[in-house]
Amino acid sequence: MTSSKRRTGRRSPLATVALLALGLVFTGGAYAAFSTGTAQAEVEATSQQTIEEGKKLFQANCATCHGLDAQGTEAGPSLVGVGAAAVDFQVGTGRMPMQMQGPQAEQKPVQFTDEQTKQLAYYVASLGPGPDIPADHLVNGGGDAANGAELFRINCAMCHNVAGAGGALTEGKYAPALNDVSGVHIYEAMVTGPQNMPVFNDLNITPEDKRDIITYLQYIQDNRSPGGFELGSLGPVSEGLFIWIFGLGTIVAITVWITAKSN
Amino acid sequence: MAQDDNGGTDIAAAGSSSHEHEVAASPGTAVVVADGFENPGFPPHRKRVTDEDPKKAKTAERAVYTMFYLSIVGSVWAIAAYMIFPMESNDVFDVRLNNLSFGLGVSLALLAIGFGAVHWAKALMHDVELVDERHPVRGSEETRAGAVKVFQDADQESGFTRRSVIRNSLIGALVVFPLPAVVLFRGLAPQDQDPVELLSHTMWTQGTRLTLDPSGVPIKASDITIGSAFHVIPEGLNELEHHRLEEKAKAAVLLMRLNPEELNETPDRADWSYQGIVAYSKICTHVGCPVALYEQHTHHLLCPCHQSQFDVANHCEVIFGPAKRPLPQLPIAVDDEGYLVAQSDFTEPVGPSFWERH
Amino acid sequence: MSTAAPTTSAPEKRKGGFTAAASNYIDERTSISTVVKELGRKAFPDHWSFLLGEIALFSFVVVLISGTFLTFFFQASMAEVHYEGSYVPLKGIEMSVAMASTLDISFDLRGGLFVRQMHHWAALLFVAAIGLHMLRIFFTGAFRKPRELNWVIGFVLFVLAMGEGFTGYSLPDDLLSGNGLRIIDGMIKGMPVIGTWTSFLLFGGEFPGTAIVGRLYTLHILLLPAIIVALIAVHLLFVVVHKHTQYAAPGKTQQNAVGPPILPVYAAKAGGFFFIVFGVLALIASLFTINPIWNYGPYDPSPVSAGTQPDWYIGFADGALRLIPPGWEFVWLERTWSFNILVPLVGLLVFLGLVFIYPFIEAWITGDKREHHIADRPRNAPTRTAIGAAGVTFYAGLWAAASSDLIATHFKLTMEGVIHSLQAVVILGPFLAYFITKRVCLALQKKDREVVLHGYESGRIVKLPGGEFIEVHQPLDEYDRWRLVSYESYAPLMIRPDARGRISVWQKMRAGFSRWFFEDRIAPVTRAELEASHSDHH
Repeated sequence: MTSSKRRTGRRSPLATVALLALGLVFTGGAYAAFSTGTAQAEVEATSQQTIEEGKKLFQANCATCHGLDAQGTEAGPSLVGVGAAAVDFQVGTGRMPMQMQGPQAEQKPVQFTDEQTKQLAYYVASLGPGPDIPADHLVNGGGDAANGAELFRINCAMCHNVAGAGGALTEGKYAPALNDVSGVHIYEAMVTGPQNMPVFNDLNITPEDKRDIITYLQYIQDNRSPGGFELGSLGPVSEGLFIWIFGLGTIVAITVWITAKSN
Repeated sequence: MAQDDNGGTDIAAAGSSSHEHEVAASPGTAVVVADGFENPGFPPHRKRVTDEDPKKAKTAERAVYTMFYLSIVGSVWAIAAYMIFPMESNDVFDVRLNNLSFGLGVSLALLAIGFGAVHWAKALMHDVELVDERHPVRGSEETRAGAVKVFQDADQESGFTRRSVIRNSLIGALVVFPLPAVVLFRGLAPQDQDPVELLSHTMWTQGTRLTLDPSGVPIKASDITIGSAFHVIPEGLNELEHHRLEEKAKAAVLLMRLNPEELNETPDRADWSYQGIVAYSKICTHVGCPVALYEQHTHHLLCPCHQSQFDVANHCEVIFGPAKRPLPQLPIAVDDEGYLVAQSDFTEPVGPSFWERH
Repeated sequence: MSTAAPTTSAPEKRKGGFTAAASNYIDERTSISTVVKELGRKAFPDHWSFLLGEIALFSFVVVLISGTFLTFFFQASMAEVHYEGSYVPLKGIEMSVAMASTLDISFDLRGGLFVRQMHHWAALLFVAAIGLHMLRIFFTGAFRKPRELNWVIGFVLFVLAMGEGFTGYSLPDDLLSGNGLRIIDGMIKGMPVIGTWTSFLLFGGEFPGTAIVGRLYTLHILLLPAIIVALIAVHLLFVVVHKHTQYAAPGKTQQNAVGPPILPVYAAKAGGFFFIVFGVLALIASLFTINPIWNYGPYDPSPVSAGTQPDWYIGFADGALRLIPPGWEFVWLERTWSFNILVPLVGLLVFLGLVFIYPFIEAWITGDKREHHIADRPRNAPTRTAIGAAGVTFYAGLWAAASSDLIATHFKLTMEGVIHSLQAVVILGPFLAYFITKRVCLALQKKDREVVLHGYESGRIVKLPGGEFIEVHQPLDEYDRWRLVSYESYAPLMIRPDARGRISVWQKMRAGFSRWFFEDRIAPVTRAELEASHSDHH
């Protein structure tokens, strides 16, 4: 994933990455500007059979919206050049196939097995160069949590909340909570920018930095708050509701007992 | 409250009988009811089980002292917990354990005292209500006359009213003397700076490279893919010895790349962007939060504090929320080495509005 | 007393041992026996709603105790350091000393996090309890003569408590509170004429500067607490002077105060209650995280977290800012007029101002100069209760607006929809709440009249000789009846011309208000009415 290879791509009007169905029609034949150099090689290495399986699955499950050759239709964007990472994220988190049109694709129970997801991913990757599924060493922690935390606050916290609890976007969209999201999916989301999330390519946040961010998220997941229950990590609103309803509520109930006549 | 139904006449009657309240207070528009009910007086006293059954009283007694003993257990537990749950291991879980176990001991110590004392009061202490007589809050006529006399005598003896020049000059002096203290507070801010001047400029000047927040790595135009959002600080910010945060609070920028066809640029700002790359101040024009929630498909920027929304495709004009002005745009260009640089400072003050801004 | 002391103390000394000797020693130097004799057996009316102020008082004591401990470790400096404490995800990060010392309290001081959490939870409870206490005072009319000034003091305490809260919230210099200060800075800058310079002076130069945490610290631990303690003392002194109000009940009148004596029952209950409040706060502090600054990280003007909100008591102001529609800002006379900030600011000041002066408005309208020691049942003052409900709705709308983003995500709504709905709630809600509350109060009063006149429905159905079924009504005993008939009732003011045959505008206004307040009036049942209803039945 070096920058020199990345820059070999043509700069045609491109339809980035996300599979969201916001009615945005993308021109076909787009190529990713951020192709990950190694992706091409790996895709070629993947057996032709996997790609064939993936194609069958695609035509049965995805072609209605994305077109028979993933070229895109009114209902769904073109997937040429979105890369294996985008498919693995969207299908692997259950966002695709979409159940209905809404402000954004919702996370749902996953529809395909891991193997099927990979087959789909490599089929789509075979259509045009795009970011690949990240290697294990980048997504299983082991980075610098402090650096990750700082980058997370600057690049991610405004939408996903400092504790990864999620937050609101415009017109009913939202940035999802990040707890219980696997490192692979977090990495894929950063490189592909699903839905309305911006893309964080490797020159903005390097693969090592991405690993650090994932390390931080895993750290706060493994080390729950030292102060006790987190009340959803939503900040002062949940704290205020808690003190009114449970704090003051409990104490007022006690005042009733204190002043009630003993029988 | 029969007296209320009688429109305050009873208060007067009650007052005059005790010689404390010679003047009947006006009931205002309260309605005087001629045939209101009489206050029936206290209902008969009802005894508690602990008054009647010595066994129950004994049980209550036992409950109370058990509580107090429990409290001692809680305190001892808290002290023990302080020692047996160390947290010097850099492990968050240990902190949690220390907090929880020490806290629960303290809670038990406190709650047991509280519930024990209240139970004692409710179940065992003498259960008869007392009746206190209320007196009007105002002093009696005699006291009030006495107070008036004190003031009159003091006035007479000092000549406070008679010697009006002395009095007025004293009042004048008392009014003026705190003013130097007010002036002192000018020192809260530096003497030699003008806030309006400071608010009108940022670190950006012609040729300042756009660099990544927080690393300070310069950014090439070719690094930015469509749909990206880069959080940007001016080159040299991290090296500032003083006022680093103050400068960052004005100079923070969000860099985005849109499909050039989707940018609606006015002719006068057509050369402020570079191949669909635009840079806007991150500081909200409402009250200054960082506006950094970028939706790459709708091109909306959202402020998480008060929900102002800006449309990046239309020079960040406000489309929702309390902000009025668009986010200021930083004119950018590419230098010889391909790095993004500012063409100049922002052409208007960034951040929240202020009085002298126009 | 001085002459009596030697003769009485001598035998006591022989009998009582140490306690008596100590009491004697103290009394001979302080005259404390007078105070004990005066106050020790005062009757203190007993009702759960009379303990709400105590919750506030006790949580304030907890705040003082825990806060004092924290001052031994917190350093109010904005000098930059690299964090070297034990919380891994912040190691080596540049931050202010204030932030670093707060992290050290949390992670490197045993029990430090417990005290910090208790301090913050107690502060939230303090303001919440004040709010509830004020609502109780308002809805029962306990602010009436002679207690108007105590309402004023209580109101000032409420405002100071919010100030204490906000200054404390800002001290750790974390990302959340830093953005809170940024908002305060933006609001101040938006004020006409003085805004820019006020901000400049407050922050000691440009925002954020290096002065603000130290300055807020002085306010937070010295100035504001001193004023609060002094005002609480006056507040309580007034309670002693006025004696506590009581609810209408048989035997209770405007001339007496009925309840258990301060010593021992009330002291045991209140003392025990202090430990309960303290204990509940300790329990919350040991079980529930509050203000996890380690998540927020140090303040930096560039990042921000989704869900950036102030603590609950500032929420109404934050909500007011959120509800302003776009475009309320103009340049006129070469100056910027930020109505998007001025309108919420002035609106809230007017709202708070009305709360502040309400006792005086009502006193002016009724013209009632008597002392009131019997607290109203809210239904018996329908207009006041309705006004209160309108105020609560207005406040609640603003408050909810401060969490518009969280409402949107949690109920799967659009944030725009939430904001628009809350704009409607804040503007129309108070009118609706007023109307509904007033009708409900009047209906309840009518129901009370029914019960007094015809008794309770017993649930027993009896067939009359004529074949007609009726439900037997259980008549009230005189004690129950007393609670329902003994309330104040005011009639609208009739305007009378003055000596010169004129009616002043002032009088007309008062008559207008009086009509508004008392036009819909349900009078308490009189003896004649009760007798008439009895003769109807039999």
